Amino acid sequence: MNPIVQINPTQIAGKQSTGKQYWRSLNEAAETPEFQQWAQRAFPDGVSEGVTVDGASRRSLLKLMAASFGLAGLTACRRPVENILPFSRASEGYIHGKPMHFATVAALNGSATGLIVECNEGRPTKIEGNPKHPYSLGATNAFLQASVLGVYDPDRSRQVMRKGGRSNWDEFAAWARSYFNADRLGDGAAMRIVSEKIVSPSLEVVKADLLKKFPKAQWIEYESVNLDAVREGAALASGQDVEPHFLFDKADVVFSLDCDFLGLDSSSILPVKQYSRRRRVEKPGDELNRLYSAEANYTITGGMADHRLRAKVGDIGALALALAKELNVSGAELKVVGNSTDKARKFISALAKDLEAHKGKSIVVAGPRQPAAVHTLVFAINAALGNIGQTIVFTKLAEERAKPLEQLKQLATDLHAGTVKTLIVLGGNPAYSLPADVPFADALKKVAVSVALTEDENETWAASEWRLPQAHLLESWGDAQALDGTASIQQPMIEPLYGGKSVLEVAAILAGMEPASDYEIVRSNWASQGAPAEREKKWNAALFDGVVADTKSAMVTAAVDAKKVFATANAQIQPAPAGLEVAFYPSPGPYDGRYANNAWLQEAPHPMTKVVWDNVALISKKTAESLGLKDGDVVKLSKDGRSVETPVQIQPGHADDSISLFLGYGRSVCGRVGQGVGHRVEALRTTANFFSASGVELKKTGETYEIVTTQEHHRMEGRPIVREASVEEYKKEPGLIKEMAESPNGLTMFPFVDYSKGYQWGMAIDLNSCVGCNACLVACQSENNIPVVGKDQVQRGREMHWIRLDRYYTGSDEEAQVVTQPMGCQQCENAPCESVCPVAATSHSPEGLNDMAYNRCVGTRYCLNNCPYKVRRFNFLAWNKDVPEVRKLGFNPDVTVRMRGVMEKCTYCVQRIEEHKIAANADGRRQLHDGEIQSACQQVCPAEAIVFGNINDPESRVSKLKKQPRNYEVLGELNIRPRTTYLGRLRNPNPELEKENA
Amino acid sequence: MATSFLDKLPLPEFLKPAEEGPHYGVVGDFDSPEDLLRAIRTLRVAGFTKMEAYTPFPIHGIDEALGEPRSPLGRIVIVASLLGLASAVLLQWWTGAVDYKLIIAGKPLFALEPSVPIMFELSVLFGAFGAVFGMFHLNRMPTYYHAFFNYSKAGGASNDRFLLAVEAADPKFRGEELKTLLDSLGSRHSELVEA
Amino acid sequence: MADLAIGSRIELNPPLVQGGMTYADVSEKISAITENKPPKQWYYLITISSLMTVMLFGCLGYLVMTGIGVWGNNNPVGWGWDITNFVWWIGIGHAGTLISAVLFLFRQKWRTSINRAAEAMTLFAVACAGIYPLFHTGRPWRAIYWLFPAPNEYLHLWQNFRSPLEWDVFAVSTYATVSALFWFTGLIPDLATLRDRAVSRGRKILFGILSLGWRGSSTQWRHYELAYLILAGISTPLVLSVHSIVSFDFATALIPGWHTTLFPPYFVAGAIFSGFAMVVTLMTVARWVYNLQNLITTKHLENMCKVLIATGLMVGFSYGTEYFIAWYSGNPYERFAFINRAFGPYWWAYWTMVTCNVLSPQFFWFKKFRTTPVLMFIISIFINIGMWFERFVIIATSLHRDFLPASWGYFKPTWVDMCTFAGTIGLFLTLFLLFLRFLPAIAMSEVKGVLYQQIEDGKGTH
Repeated sequence: MNPIVQINPTQIAGKQSTGKQYWRSLNEAAETPEFQQWAQRAFPDGVSEGVTVDGASRRSLLKLMAASFGLAGLTACRRPVENILPFSRASEGYIHGKPMHFATVAALNGSATGLIVECNEGRPTKIEGNPKHPYSLGATNAFLQASVLGVYDPDRSRQVMRKGGRSNWDEFAAWARSYFNADRLGDGAAMRIVSEKIVSPSLEVVKADLLKKFPKAQWIEYESVNLDAVREGAALASGQDVEPHFLFDKADVVFSLDCDFLGLDSSSILPVKQYSRRRRVEKPGDELNRLYSAEANYTITGGMADHRLRAKVGDIGALALALAKELNVSGAELKVVGNSTDKARKFISALAKDLEAHKGKSIVVAGPRQPAAVHTLVFAINAALGNIGQTIVFTKLAEERAKPLEQLKQLATDLHAGTVKTLIVLGGNPAYSLPADVPFADALKKVAVSVALTEDENETWAASEWRLPQAHLLESWGDAQALDGTASIQQPMIEPLYGGKSVLEVAAILAGMEPASDYEIVRSNWASQGAPAEREKKWNAALFDGVVADTKSAMVTAAVDAKKVFATANAQIQPAPAGLEVAFYPSPGPYDGRYANNAWLQEAPHPMTKVVWDNVALISKKTAESLGLKDGDVVKLSKDGRSVETPVQIQPGHADDSISLFLGYGRSVCGRVGQGVGHRVEALRTTANFFSASGVELKKTGETYEIVTTQEHHRMEGRPIVREASVEEYKKEPGLIKEMAESPNGLTMFPFVDYSKGYQWGMAIDLNSCVGCNACLVACQSENNIPVVGKDQVQRGREMHWIRLDRYYTGSDEEAQVVTQPMGCQQCENAPCESVCPVAATSHSPEGLNDMAYNRCVGTRYCLNNCPYKVRRFNFLAWNKDVPEVRKLGFNPDVTVRMRGVMEKCTYCVQRIEEHKIAANADGRRQLHDGEIQSACQQVCPAEAIVFGNINDPESRVSKLKKQPRNYEVLGELNIRPRTTYLGRLRNPNPELEKENA
Repeated sequence: MATSFLDKLPLPEFLKPAEEGPHYGVVGDFDSPEDLLRAIRTLRVAGFTKMEAYTPFPIHGIDEALGEPRSPLGRIVIVASLLGLASAVLLQWWTGAVDYKLIIAGKPLFALEPSVPIMFELSVLFGAFGAVFGMFHLNRMPTYYHAFFNYSKAGGASNDRFLLAVEAADPKFRGEELKTLLDSLGSRHSELVEA
Repeated sequence: MADLAIGSRIELNPPLVQGGMTYADVSEKISAITENKPPKQWYYLITISSLMTVMLFGCLGYLVMTGIGVWGNNNPVGWGWDITNFVWWIGIGHAGTLISAVLFLFRQKWRTSINRAAEAMTLFAVACAGIYPLFHTGRPWRAIYWLFPAPNEYLHLWQNFRSPLEWDVFAVSTYATVSALFWFTGLIPDLATLRDRAVSRGRKILFGILSLGWRGSSTQWRHYELAYLILAGISTPLVLSVHSIVSFDFATALIPGWHTTLFPPYFVAGAIFSGFAMVVTLMTVARWVYNLQNLITTKHLENMCKVLIATGLMVGFSYGTEYFIAWYSGNPYERFAFINRAFGPYWWAYWTMVTCNVLSPQFFWFKKFRTTPVLMFIISIFINIGMWFERFVIIATSLHRDFLPASWGYFKPTWVDMCTFAGTIGLFLTLFLLFLRFLPAIAMSEVKGVLYQQIEDGKGTH
């Protein structure tokens, strides 16, 4: 196929053959030999047959609907039996065509986030946060937004298989019954079970049963990205197993030591919620918190920091010690730190003064890459600052703290010794994500019996004897606990598309529980006590709210013995040795590899580098110069015999002699999207150097690699696009942000259209709270059926995101500062795009929306040329042509799927506006109240940086924000009168350090 | 008889020349524009009024010599252009401000400034049609039969000959005498042409 | 005696028709081209050009089936080679009208031997140009009728007459129509000549019908001359308006580098410049193929070279003015746009443009260059290239870096871009070669008129 028309990721991934096969029509494929083995996977069971084996024979919408009802119907007839309850209105009130909303929960990296899922005709189409859930408060992140796409992923494991041949659940159950009993396995000493971190109380019960049955068996809960070090540190510091909670909304001063708590180092979006609360400004003179950050990689937390110190991951401990010393609690003189020792000293001393001044109202937090010793020290410092109990509280851990790394070391030796006979994988992809010194993939092949329950056809799936399809979280019952213990019930939205089963069910089968239905288990676990009526009520309430009442775990007071801690810390913590270090970070795309086949996340630009469809090794300019490297050079990194090859890219503001690597790429067995995307860096990762490794060798291979980004220029060229001021300046001169560019002050050659009546939609975006996390971008993609175009087309400048996050660097390349700016259609009142369209395909609604009539558009692209923000997106090719049938079930039925050759762009989610206006009319033509309509980007934003509403209502939040003196129009000087305005960003620098920078 | 190529054409009956009947006139054949003009002037003096010259290119002064009026084409063109102008204004005003109102870039529904280009273009277009089709009309084009073609050397008029026809309709028309008269004026080959 | 007359005047002021030709010779020489077998060069050329034309339709087919994505266009560069080629072709077309209309009004007798071919060139250039506005749209099958104000059932919407692109629709279609009328009107007397010379029945019928029964009667000439004069009169403002309106596509947009009041005159000058360059290219070749040295004399060519110097200087002046205005405006976006134009990623395109358009015509200050067809041919080719780059520079360099640096990009053409462009050149050549082969490439009646003048003047000197 011609490279120019490689449009859908299935082809980009270079796996056309199988990619195409799926959707070939039967009569065409039946003869071919590969059809035989293909067929086995294509027909797992009756349900999916209807929807998946199709394609070339273009189905009419009706047929497609019928197919979806095949699924929805089944869900429907399951509903009365198992009573899942809609969040908003009872299922009796179901009106065909009207979406229903159900509360459920999803867990990532050991913490649950409550969700509300929108279902259309029984198909989940959109995920939102559950306002009643303490770790969502209505918001979500990019991963959860994208997970709805996972339901419809045609590359999921779709068939129970044994030794590569077809099988089914009954055969497996029968086999399990015969195999998992004492006379076959004895005490289970030879059995190992690997799962992801368990946050499900029900699963804990089943696990307990299983381990009761096989007392010697080991169950390892492994997360490639985890917070174990933090918990261990807390335990060492406090002498008990506790879960630390950092209350960022209570802290005036925050010091982050290599901790991206606003980003991927937190397992929930709560920290963003809390932190952004302290960045909100009503009027000049309002107080802000102050954020200090010391880190190697440039994270979005560093981007938000008022002061940022570049430091190797290995030097963080030394910095903590120095801080302790500064605070005269104990600790040691600052040992040599990188090349910026002086800078670091000044930084630390200024910081120390600031912390002193805010005793009990500050937080020092270290990142999960840091060893337990550092965390211990950090807790001690917090104790010394009187923050424990104020800004940092502890809760009891649900169950006794697991030590996965020790278990893995043990597993490694056992596997080498060959004492393991039975390997069971319940979820996750250990064969890919386990440290390199655990020979897991080979073991899976070698051991007598291996069972793998996986969501998609991954490395683990390929290596196992029993391959079981796992049900998606939107397909199965379950429950999950948030960090603070709050439990929620996980409700299925749809019958498993590919007949998968949940971890819960399979674990139950292994444990020989009867019945093994996930519903039964969960139900009995949560509603077993009390009178039947009481039970029913409790259960329904839990389903309805998405939160099980009073499950919050109790606070514990934990005293930290500073003296003891410092003594050990002093001994253990050393500054980083000279030479290169690598540190492993979760990637904003595939996270730890689990989302590798999720096209939305693969195409979501990395918040800082803006790289798509790839991971790159980030290094500082200085390091690059000293090693003679430039962007795209492929290097070989090696440490004790292990090595990886990866392209490098220069990251402004990155620490010298440090290399940041991103996990989750270079999957060798994966679906069409993720197959071979990026480079696998896990190969350098060992149980010893799990999060970072020093003394790494770097060799140039001489090859170069094409890195594709969505943004090619990174400086503002002195243009007043993102406007900043310090709190002080703003206090002195509130007008200065507005005055950074001259405004036409309503000058015009013709009378403006009168928009003073009725609803007038507008948006305000607070650059002070936006952290640039991509959640809005993915939410928009999900809400508006935005196509994915693939690496090749992004490289040609044809990405389709309706809202993008512009990221600019300010200052020098070494000490670069970062600002991000969400940029969607600005809905200009005097829209330049409208006047140039020859066929009037884009024009203004009386409510001030810049509307697109897709079916009128002929695609001259003149509007795109004349849009000063370049936010219009053109369908250069038929992006949706090769979309798998099954994925079409996930489209939002309220939004047109655009055809080739037409222009599209942000609509302020006009479908939501209309939906609510109709609803308002239905209940007696009432006025819409403020906040009733939320645009997709606004609803998802954890920082609440995006506010949408009626600017004609002086009381609406958006009007109030627009009244602030720091409110400004980007390119307002063009007199195009954009409806989206921005609130200038405020920095809160420490005056003492400010002198330094000046 | 008639040597026009038209005889060989499969033309409808009414276009065929009548075998017998009135004459078209006498046609003389001159070497140069000068001879032609001289002949015309002399014949005018002699009182001939119904004369037509056939030349390979327009010869200045010949109209005066023949005493023909100015062409009315200019007026036709002006009317056509004004028509175009009016239709342009109407089109842009009616579609934009009456039939289908759209708010576009906050601009007025109809304004003169952006309408000028199309107003101009349509005036020119209609004007051009006026000029060409007006000329066709005045010259009765296309007419595929004309008695003049019956003249044996009619083809010369499009090459290098300068022909003069004194039409039968002329009150002073005298077939045979005219032939000799033309010969005396320098005509190489004068001929009485059938209608 | 005509010979004498001419002979006696040669050294003073070389006459436009040489070699002592008579009216009959003129008819003979020009008509013969259409009546006899063409020289073998003609066959070579038409084979190549028609193959290129086939390629053009192949590319367009592929484009329509697949999408604009087969071209290099992207975000932010929504227009790439498509509109570049459109403006380039339209510009070339302008010289034809200019020669036939403006020079006619100025009574420039020397135009006679080239105006017919120049008008043909206009028509074919406009045909090539017309391809782009249609096919550059994402959905040409809709554009083709939604761009014209015909009420449609599907969506009862009208056009947006504020859009310069809509003005283009009217300007270009009007221009094409009027040029065609003008051209055909001019052809009528010559078609009559061919009719009268025709031997074969086919040619008799064909030219008989085409010549609309032209007799060359004084009455006909009277209306005819006036019609021709009027057409020339209205074509002159038309040709100026067309390129002004094309320039509005850019001038009325707010993109820095486009948003300039200078554009209309600047574009018109450029159009004449490129158009004359193309005429020189074609005439020098046609003259050589059909050895028409007596009719297309070095005097004709030399005059055209003079026009090239003049318009070249105007274009150069416009380049300078743009920079002055950008600086003088004090608008940072404007300033950046022009610095970026000369020293940004597209510096090579900019300097190619300057070299070809401003420097190369300067050679015409030397008589040797104005009188040696080979040298003229080479320089005219340079100018054609330079004028293409001018349009590319205006479009691509302004778009690829506009207001928000975050959305900056770069445009790379694909093979489809290139083949489509080559294809239109093929189409143009094919049409032109067919024209040379089957129609009188030189206006016989007009040349005879000029010859008559010469004879008259000749007498005058006696």
